[in-house]
Amino acid sequence: MGEVIVITSGKGGVGKTTTSANLGCALASCEKSVVLIDADIGLRNLDVVMGLENRIVYDLIDVIEGNCRLKQALIKDKRYSNLYLLPAAQTKDKNAVTPEQMLKLCESLKEEYDYIIIDCPAGIEQGFKNAIAGADRAVVVTTPEVSAVRDADRIIGLLEASGLKNPLLILNRIRPDMVKRGDMMTIEDVTEILAVDILGVVPDDESIVISTNRGEPASMDKNSLAGQAYRNICRRILGDDVPLMDLTISDGIFAKFKKLFGGKNKA
Amino acid sequence: MDFFGLFNRRAQSKNVAKDRLKLVLVHDRVNCSADVLEMLKNDILKVMARYMDIDSEELDVQITQTMSDKNEKVPMLIANIPFKNVKPPRAARSLNE
Repeated sequence: MGEVIVITSGKGGVGKTTTSANLGCALASCEKSVVLIDADIGLRNLDVVMGLENRIVYDLIDVIEGNCRLKQALIKDKRYSNLYLLPAAQTKDKNAVTPEQMLKLCESLKEEYDYIIIDCPAGIEQGFKNAIAGADRAVVVTTPEVSAVRDADRIIGLLEASGLKNPLLILNRIRPDMVKRGDMMTIEDVTEILAVDILGVVPDDESIVISTNRGEPASMDKNSLAGQAYRNICRRILGDDVPLMDLTISDGIFAKFKKLFGGKNKA
Repeated sequence: MDFFGLFNRRAQSKNVAKDRLKLVLVHDRVNCSADVLEMLKNDILKVMARYMDIDSEELDVQITQTMSDKNEKVPMLIANIPFKNVKPPRAARSLNE
């Protein structure tokens, strides 16, 4: 019996889709069978982040309306034979699906695959309710900004009210240089405010932009710091005890010198 | 030259963010709009005015958080109501009258 994990955030643009794609790839590289579901109906993007946009024939709505069998709509990943994507429909809207239908879909996928990762749309309306309906666990993605943290707090409240207790937090796009000079909230600041356990921290990293350009999730890139962060998160999901990535930077002699003479630190 | 900047460090912006967030989340969590708080403030004023002379400009009502006996965070209403003087017993009117 597999596990359904919903990746959510409330606010848009904090990295839900990137997180879903990277965790899917990382779990697949650990020999787990994985299905990624894009629940953002009308605004699908997981397909392009995964580089699978040219292979779509059927989508989530086709499965729910019975236009095709579930297996026909699952797109096999290019890199991992045990990783599949169920794309969202691009031409329908969120009301084309009900929470009951999503629950049924998740139940049948759980019988055959180890992990079902659901990429939740932004917002707290129907799309959110659909995405969380079949979930066993929730992961909340946020960035260290007031707007994202505020929305994360709202989402945590809604998740708990829906019976998804103890959601885990991923703090995305941390910039160690800004944290160091006190211009960005730390991991401790955010977890204290939201009162949830942390699943992982992901540094702000150019390699995410580059890998998304190419349609190859960063977790496959051994040299990517963000990729390493996602691989660590994957291992924690699998139950390993992996320490949080150390993102603190220490002053080099040159930086201390510059500070001493009042030079401005350029980010 | 940024030398004098060292003596004049502005508040770290992350602390500003944290303080603002804490305040806004207390309101979000209890689901209390500014309108409701304003209505409550006016009603409190009306009752208080029966017993004392109050400068309504000075009234400060806000929702914050405190720790309960069970060590859980609970919302708390704080009202700061400076008054000029208490009305003489004959001028004070209870709601029951």
